[in-house]
Amino acid sequence: MSSDTVLWPLLLMVVGAAVTYFWRALGVALSGKLDVNSDWFEWTACVAYALLAGLIARMILLPIGPLAETAMTDRVAGAVLAFALFFLFRRNMVVGVATGALVLVLLTLNRPFF
Amino acid sequence: MLPASGKAARQPVKTFGSPAKAARSAVRDAFGVPAFVLGATYLGFGALVREADLSVWLGLFSTATGWALPGQIALVELYSVGAGILAIAIAVGLTNARLLPMTVTLLPILRSEGTPKWKYYLFSHFVAVTGWAAALRVCPHLPRPERLPYFAAFAATLWSTTLCATAAGYFLAGAVPTYVTLGLVFLNPIYFMLVFAAEVRKPPRVAALVIGAILGPLIHLASPDWSLMLTGLIGGSLAFFGWKLWGRRHVQ
Repeated sequence: MSSDTVLWPLLLMVVGAAVTYFWRALGVALSGKLDVNSDWFEWTACVAYALLAGLIARMILLPIGPLAETAMTDRVAGAVLAFALFFLFRRNMVVGVATGALVLVLLTLNRPFF
Repeated sequence: MLPASGKAARQPVKTFGSPAKAARSAVRDAFGVPAFVLGATYLGFGALVREADLSVWLGLFSTATGWALPGQIALVELYSVGAGILAIAIAVGLTNARLLPMTVTLLPILRSEGTPKWKYYLFSHFVAVTGWAAALRVCPHLPRPERLPYFAAFAATLWSTTLCATAAGYFLAGAVPTYVTLGLVFLNPIYFMLVFAAEVRKPPRVAALVIGAILGPLIHLASPDWSLMLTGLIGGSLAFFGWKLWGRRHVQ
């Protein structure tokens, strides 16, 4: 393996871990001194939710890697059915997630080009 | 699990007997549904790591040190599109900023006299949504000396489980046919889609999810590197300030 696929991602992960732990440590240092119901925190929550929703939508609609080989309609069908069965089974996470994965696998298998 | 009664939330209503017993009960509590669901999603993360052509060690390193799945997924996805270090640091930082208010909320509950400060800093690394939610539910009912041991043991159990699951997902993705690997990788977005759909209730946050889901793919087409940061800042700000404006108009 070249350093491009080891050292560079390792550096990224060290930076990612540092950025992540920074928030946790700051939380310990500031606990009792911050109002968690402030507008500032509501804004950061909104930013995080928008970012993650954007990432999830992109992973379903415009995936990279192996999922890019699957058909958009199959992925959307998997997501929609996962959503439906999740709520139908009273928010059963196992049912929802399993449905999404299974539907995508079965529809993909059914494609002539795969 | 302990009975949860909102009214008595500030009073210790149940004791496990000793800090060590509290820790053992926490391991048992964690080994049920929480470890199963989190294990399944980290199986997906392990598969994602393999499909990004990274080694299993990097996957384990990410789970051990990052220990918050959304940030880990964002990092691997941005690495895959060739984003730079600054774009990745900002996106991961924005994704995980929620850990600050979560830690701030949890700490006063976990504090106990005589506990050295470094322990709080050490175990704060374990703050992530599943263990955090369990500690908020159970710990207020416990005598103070049992609280940190309960949280630490609960989270450490999940942490070990997800390390195993990361490795298992990585090797599974290499051992099963391609179409099964697809299903494993697909677990990640589906899981978070469902978590958000089920748990997010506050209007500005729901708006942030909807706007983000629309903006994310569009901005990605224009700038893959910076798409996550821009989606978060633009979508989140639109939702937040839109909600503020709307609230101001309707109060008058």
